[in-house]
Parts: sequence; structure tokens; C-alpha cells
Amino acid sequence: MDYADIISALAATLRLTTPLLLACLAGLYSERSGVFDIGLEGKMLAGAFGAATVAYLTGNAWLGLLAAIGVSILMAMLHAVASITLKGNQIISGVAINFLAQGLTAVLGLAWFHQGGRTPQLPDGGRFPSIVWPGATQFETVPIIGPIYSDLISGQNIFVYVAFLAVPITWWVLYRTRFGLRLRAVGENPKAVDTAGISVTLLRYRALLITGVLCGIAGAYFSIAQSNGFINNMTAGKGYIALAALIFAKWRPVPAMFACLLFGFLDAEQIRLQGSSIFGWQIPVQFIQALPYILTCVLLAGFIGKAIGPKAGGIPYVKER
Amino acid sequence: MSARRPLPRWADVALLPVLNLLLALIVFSIFVLLIGQDPIAALGIMINGAFGYGEGIGFTLHFATSFVFTGLCVAVAAHAGLFNIGGDGQAYVAGLGAIAVGLLLDQTSWLLVLPLSILASMIVGAAWAFIPGYLQAKRGSHVVITTIMFNFIASALMAYLLVYVLKPVGVQEPSTANVVNAGKIPQLRQFLPFFGNAPLNLTIVFAIAALFGVYFLLWRTKFGYALRTLGHNPTASTYAGISNSRMIIYVMMISGALAGMVAVNEVLGVQARIVIDVTAGYGFVGIAVALMGRNHPIGIGLAAVLFGALYQGGLDLQFYMPAITRDMIVVIQALVIMFTGAMEGLLRPGLETAFMLYFPEQKAEAQKRETVGTES
Repeated sequence: MDYADIISALAATLRLTTPLLLACLAGLYSERSGVFDIGLEGKMLAGAFGAATVAYLTGNAWLGLLAAIGVSILMAMLHAVASITLKGNQIISGVAINFLAQGLTAVLGLAWFHQGGRTPQLPDGGRFPSIVWPGATQFETVPIIGPIYSDLISGQNIFVYVAFLAVPITWWVLYRTRFGLRLRAVGENPKAVDTAGISVTLLRYRALLITGVLCGIAGAYFSIAQSNGFINNMTAGKGYIALAALIFAKWRPVPAMFACLLFGFLDAEQIRLQGSSIFGWQIPVQFIQALPYILTCVLLAGFIGKAIGPKAGGIPYVKER
Repeated sequence: MSARRPLPRWADVALLPVLNLLLALIVFSIFVLLIGQDPIAALGIMINGAFGYGEGIGFTLHFATSFVFTGLCVAVAAHAGLFNIGGDGQAYVAGLGAIAVGLLLDQTSWLLVLPLSILASMIVGAAWAFIPGYLQAKRGSHVVITTIMFNFIASALMAYLLVYVLKPVGVQEPSTANVVNAGKIPQLRQFLPFFGNAPLNLTIVFAIAALFGVYFLLWRTKFGYALRTLGHNPTASTYAGISNSRMIIYVMMISGALAGMVAVNEVLGVQARIVIDVTAGYGFVGIAVALMGRNHPIGIGLAAVLFGALYQGGLDLQFYMPAITRDMIVVIQALVIMFTGAMEGLLRPGLETAFMLYFPEQKAEAQKRETVGTES
């Protein structure tokens, strides 16, 4: 594995980390406010479909992104109504949302486009191109730093930058703003927040709104940036990996980025790692695919540190008894 | 503070689920209209496909057999306050137990294979559910998350085994060897031509037995009492001398064993081998079935038939209305889970008020409760 290989592996890692990171941060807002969200997968899938549909019809990638965010917010609000207003079971609502997205995208995709559930190839302008930074081609030949600048930092999709920018922003929102303080408080002790005269319901709705926006962006990345259109079930369990990463990061933004990078790296390197062996045992690709889940279970079991989620997570807040 | 206005029992267990189902069907109809099809005609095709002829009934009951097991799997755990989302993975891995018995005893008799394969599947399913149960009981890891993770680990493990270990020489697609003789569970069409080509097999007898068995276990035994106590109030069960952690492990193992029964129905009853995703999605249908059936065996039996009908009707629908794919079933499933599960609070308050207004005895009871409430 030479230097160019390492650079290309890292670039692939960044590309695969992007949707994980966006979804993971989306889940962070929701779960930090005390609302479990296993519906990240469904929101992304619905967003991906919305993005591809609108981008195909209008030929405008930005409108596609907007549609993805809209669709994803709609689903997030469904979750909010069920789990906040109607005080329903958050896990059940999440399961329902995942199925709803999986079923509807397939049914509507076939009915509208007649291509076995996929959307047609996007027209010019319907897809977000990679951004080439100034001087990228000139710097290419500079040893060591050159390839890092021109192949790793430059030449990525706008979503990649957005995802990694969202990490410090989330950190700042969570730990340096009044909203963030209240968000963390409402996930730990909603009664205290309520006593202070702040609406628990409104706070949680706002948190889920952010979740919807971020999941929508992640969904759009799948269909109008990474690929050229929507394919059936194209999120392929990434929402659950994001959930695993969120637990792995113990619900904190910066560790979330590292967890997503680790899982993204595993994803990028599956094929290469497959050939290698540890102690004479050939690593099968399935083992690497299952590794994020295994690691998360080991972590949850408290064998490598302890993952304790927001205290009020999963419990609907009832004002009076 | 508002008075508690409990619904009469029949409305709680029958009327509310039916209303929620209707709501789901109405939303479903809107989606059907959205893609330019006739929802009434679609429902007609589905009902006819599920119950209109012998083969359809056979398929409906065959699907229902699997759904009874996964529904009970979710329900038993739910009574103990646990949410087992891992039925899918447990059923999939349990296929290993079923196929092992089927292949080993292929030259004997199905009278031997049937009980032993059931036992083996239940043991493997229970073992797969034991790990999340143990982690919840002893290490406090949330069983919802671990069972989700274990579904993915199960599908990776099975893919590995089917591709590298169990695939016979000369076979292209990942699968195990075929059971050819006695290892197959007899299908009912061998005795009753009425069922056409439906794969309905003897496992259905065990599904019915499981419904009775779970009822007996939960409401007629000391163990069941302890289980439900744990579900209602873990603190109370601790003070009653029940070991909560041991109960959690037992409950998860029973739940996993029930999910494991699906493998007998699908692997030895139909496919005669394990293929990729042989039990795909059945565990999740179990969630809908348990919700719809109010976690009670009678309700689960009925809900399983309903979902069996949706699955079989969906197959026919796809055939007669090519614009609607089988994925429409996933949509209905999602809507049922949403309305009967998460959005139960949508209709209940209105219904309670209606009963207060129109049924005097209901009102009297509510007032009685109200008075007791303020005095204490």
C-alpha cells in the first residue's frame, strides 16, 4: 500500500463517513432531547427519494436538496406527533417510520417512473458536482502535502464539507448556547426544565426539526451527490450504523465524528481487509460488515467504558399526574 | 386533573384495534389513489386472494403460522416490559438448528424430525436471544439497541456461513444443501387437495399449540405471574423476591425460542434449505401482530391471520394490478404499527369521551374513580 493508495483510501473514507455523520448528528439532537429515534434510516431513505424525484423533474440539484429536507422533516414531525404530543412509544414509531419509507419509496418509485423502483438518471445540473479547490491541479505534484490538498481536501462533494462543518457547529450549539443547555437538560430531567417555565414539548419539537433537516441532507447525499439517482433501499442500513456510532460516541458530537470516521473507514476498506488475515484466520467481508454492530454491543455491555444515554430518553413527558 | 375514563373491556380489546385498522386502511387507500389505482378494487382483490379459494387460504394460513410465532415472541417479551426487536435475527439463526436436524435425520422419518427440529430451532433461537437478554440483565445494555444490532450480526453471520461454510459443492447461490426425504415437514396439501400448491404444513398445529401454551404460561403459572409482575413494576417484583435479572434472561430465551419456530415452518416446511434472508421481515411483522393483538394469544391469532391475508392478498394484488407491488404490504404494515402502536393516543381520548357521554354506567365508574382519587 503506497502513499497514493493511502490518500485514496482516506478520500473514500471521507465520502462514506459523510452520510453516517449527518445522520449521527441528526440522531444526537433528537436523543439528547429525550426522544429515541431509530427512524434515522427511514428519514434518510425518504429524503433520498424526494431529492432524486425533484432533481430529476426540475434538473436543479438545490431544489432536490430542499425536497429531501422537506420530506425528511415531514417524517420527523410524524415521529414528533406520535411520540411527543400523543405520548406514544418512540421505538414503535421509529419502526413504523422505517417501514413507511421503505414501502412508499418502492411503491411510488415504480408507479411514477416504471423502472423497477429506481428513478431515471438525473439530467445535467440535477447532481451536486465535486468542488475543485483553487490550485488543486498545480499542487498535485508537490510531495507529501500535494496529494493531501488536491485529492483529499479538494475534490470532495459539498456535502462532505457540510457534514464535517456540522460537528463544531453542533458542539457549539450544544455546549455554548442557551438552546443547547436546555436541550441537554430536557433529555436528562424534563421536569426541571418544565418547572423553569420552558416548554418541554416545544424544545423537543425543535430538536426533531433539526433531526429532520440533517437526515434530509444525508438522504440527498445518497441520491443526488454520491449516486446519480435513487435506487431501491439505497441507504442499506446506514441509519442503523449511524445509531450505533451515536451510542459509540456516548451522545457527544466530536466523538461522534471519530466513531463515524472509524465505521466509514471499515466500510471503505472492507474489500481490501478481506484478503488479510489475523492469527492465520482469513477475515471474511461479513465480519467487517458486522464489526460496527459488534463493537457497539461490546461497548454497551460496558466492557470498554460505559455508554449511558440521556436519562429521560424514551419516556414521554407527562406534565401532571 | 381530568377523571380517568377507562373504556369498557370489549371496546379496549376489540373496538379500538378495529378502528385503528380502519384508519390505517383509509390512509392506505389514499396512497393507492395517489398512484392512480382504485382502492376498493384493490381491497377486493386482496380479500379474494386471501380467502376466496383453497390455495389462497393455504398461503394465508402458512404466513399466519410464522406470524403467530413472531407475534408471540414480541408479546411474551412485552409482558415482561422488554421490547424484543430481534425476532428476525433469532428466527434466521434458528434455521441452523432446523436444517441440521433435517439433514442429519433425512433418512429416518418425519415423526422423528418434526419434534427434534422444533427442539433444535427453539434452542438455537433461545441461544441467540440469550446474549441480548444477558447483556440487559447483567450489564444494563438496552435490549432494544442490542437486539437491533444482533439482527445485523445475525444476517452477516448467516451470509458468511451460507457463502463459505454450508454451501454444497457445485451450487451457485449461497444456500445449504437440500433436505430431500424425511427431513421435510409434511405439507397439508398431501392430505387435503383443497389447498392446491400452498406450502401450509404441520407446523401450524404447533402454532396453535403455542398460542394455548403462552396463554397458560402467562396467566396460569407462577412463572407467568412473576413475568407480568416484572413488566408492571420491576421494583415490586424485586421486593416480592423475584430475581429480575434471571427473569429477563429467561423471558428473552423464551421469546427467542418462539421466534426460532419460524425456521421450522420456513426452512423445513417450504424451502427445504436455508437461503439468504429465508425469514426476512417476519420478525418485524411480529411487532405489528403483537400490537394489533394486544399482546394476548387470542388477539395474536386473529392478527396473524389478518397479516397472513395481507401477505397472500398482496401477492395476488401484484399479479392483477401490476402498478402496485408487494411493497404496498410494507406500507400497510407500517401504518398498522403506527396507528395501533405509536399513535394509539389519537383515537383513545375521543372514544373515552364518547363512552362517557353515551354510556351511563361508564360515567358512574369514572366518577367513582374520581372521588377515590381525590380522597386518597
